[in-house]
Amino acid sequence: MAYASKAREWYKGELETLRSQGLFKQERFIHSPQGAEIEVEFPTGKPPKRVINMCANNYLGLSSHPEVVAAAHAGLDVRGYGMSSVRFICGTQDIHRELESKLTTFLGTEDTLLFPSCMDANAGVFEAVLSEQDVMIADRLVHASIVDGMRLCKAMTDTFKHSDMEHLEEKLQEHQDKRFRMVITDGVFSMDGDLAKLDEIVRLAEKYDAMVFVDESHASGFIGKTGRGTHEHCGVVGRIDIITTTLGKALGGASGGCVSGRAELVEMCRQRARPYLFSNTVAPVIVSGALKVMDLISATTERRDKLEWNTKYWRSLLTEAGLDIKAGESPIVPVMLYNAKLAQDVARGLFDEGIYAVGFFFPVVAKGQARIRTQLSAAHEKRHLDAAAAAFRKVGATHGILGLNKNQIVEKFGL
Amino acid sequence: MDELKKAVRDYVVKEYLEDGDDREVREDTPLITGGIVDSFSMVSLKRFLERKYSIQIPDAQATPQAFDTVNSIADLVRKFTNVV
Repeated sequence: MAYASKAREWYKGELETLRSQGLFKQERFIHSPQGAEIEVEFPTGKPPKRVINMCANNYLGLSSHPEVVAAAHAGLDVRGYGMSSVRFICGTQDIHRELESKLTTFLGTEDTLLFPSCMDANAGVFEAVLSEQDVMIADRLVHASIVDGMRLCKAMTDTFKHSDMEHLEEKLQEHQDKRFRMVITDGVFSMDGDLAKLDEIVRLAEKYDAMVFVDESHASGFIGKTGRGTHEHCGVVGRIDIITTTLGKALGGASGGCVSGRAELVEMCRQRARPYLFSNTVAPVIVSGALKVMDLISATTERRDKLEWNTKYWRSLLTEAGLDIKAGESPIVPVMLYNAKLAQDVARGLFDEGIYAVGFFFPVVAKGQARIRTQLSAAHEKRHLDAAAAAFRKVGATHGILGLNKNQIVEKFGL
Repeated sequence: MDELKKAVRDYVVKEYLEDGDDREVREDTPLITGGIVDSFSMVSLKRFLERKYSIQIPDAQATPQAFDTVNSIADLVRKFTNVV
C-alpha cells in the first residue's frame, strides 16, 4: 500500500500540531443563500441558527440579487452548464468576450482577460510579462496570491514597507539598472482595510519609469465615486498598467477573476499565463450572472452609495461603543483585540448573540495584531447594524474591553 | 557584537522595522520565526549581503533557517568570505 501507516501517522501528527497551536481551520456550514442574514450550522451537528453576517465579501449585496440569479438562470438555459475546455481550444463564447469588454469599460483600461479566479490571475500574470532582466517591487502586505505569483516569476523580487513611499522611492532608485520595474500593491488591503496611496505610487512610478500593478479585489464595484476602484478614488484612472480583480466579491460573488490593463500586457497573458492556458474557462452561468452585475453597477451608484453610508454608520457605532477600530473609509472595519484568544472568545460571544464575525490572528495577521474583521454590505439594513453593534457592546462589556486603547488591552490580556 | 553582525543588525532594523517599532534586535533574536522578517521580504537581505561582501549565496543555502538570527546570517556569510 502506497499510503503506508508511516505516512498516515506523520500527517495526523501535523494536523494535531495545527490543532494544538490553535491554527486549525474548520468550515461552518451555511444553510441559506449568501446575504445580510444567513443560517449557520455551528457547532457542526447543531440546528442552523439565523445570524447577521458581518464577514462576507458581499460588499454590494449582489450575491443573491434576484436579477443576477435570473440572468444566471437564463444563461444556463441558452449557453449551457459547462464548456469542457480551456479558453483557447473551444471554451470562449461570445459572452466571455462581452464580459471582458464590459470590465474594460468599467475599469477604464485597454483590454481584459478572464481567469478562473483572481488567485489564478495573480499566479499567472507576473510570469507572463516579466523575466530575469526585470524587478518586482511589492508592498509587504500584498495578498498571498500575489506573493505566490511573484515566486513563480523569474524577475527579481523586492519589497517596500507597507505604504511607505520613501522606502518605495529608495527601491525604485536602487533598481534603475533593471530593464523593467513593476510596483505591485493591493488597492484596498484585505486585513486592515486601508487604501494604497495610488496617486503617490503612480507619481513615483512615472518619475522612475516603472509600471504599476494593483489588485482591486477589495475595491472593484464600490471604491471611488462611481465604484470603479482605488484608481478612481485616487484620480489615476488610465495610469495603472495592470489591474487584477475578482468576480468573487462585490461583483456577484460567484467566482472568476481577470487581468485588465495595457493591451499588450493583457495579450501576453492570453499567450503565456499558465492558469489561463491550462485551466477551464469560466462557466457560462457565472459569465451570464456577471454581465447582469456589470449592467446593474454601471447604471446606478445606488448600491455603492448605500455601502458607503453603512460603512460610516458602522464605524460611528463601534467608535461610540468604545471599541478600538482601524481608522479608514473602506467597508473592511477591523475591531482590534491584539490577543488571539480574546479575538476567538469575542467571536464566539458574538455568535451566541446572533452575529457572525470571525477572529483573525497569526499567521493570517502579524503577531500581536489579532482582530475581528467586520465587513459591510449594501445588503445590510440599519437594523442589522444596530443589532450587531448592540452585540459588540454586550460582548465587549463582558470582556471589559470597552473604552480601552491598545496598550490597555495588551496590559489586560497580553499579546 | 562584531562588525559583520553589527552591519547585519543595522540593515535588519532599517529595512524591516516599521517607524515606531522599537523592538530590540540582538544576535540571537529570531527574525523570521519571530515575525520581524517574512520569508518573502528576505530577498533584499540576501542581496544586501551579496553586494556588501561581494559574495554569491546559492538559493539552496539562503534558507529561512540560515536567515533566522544575526548569528546564523553571520555564519552563512563567513562560509563565503574571509570576513571575521
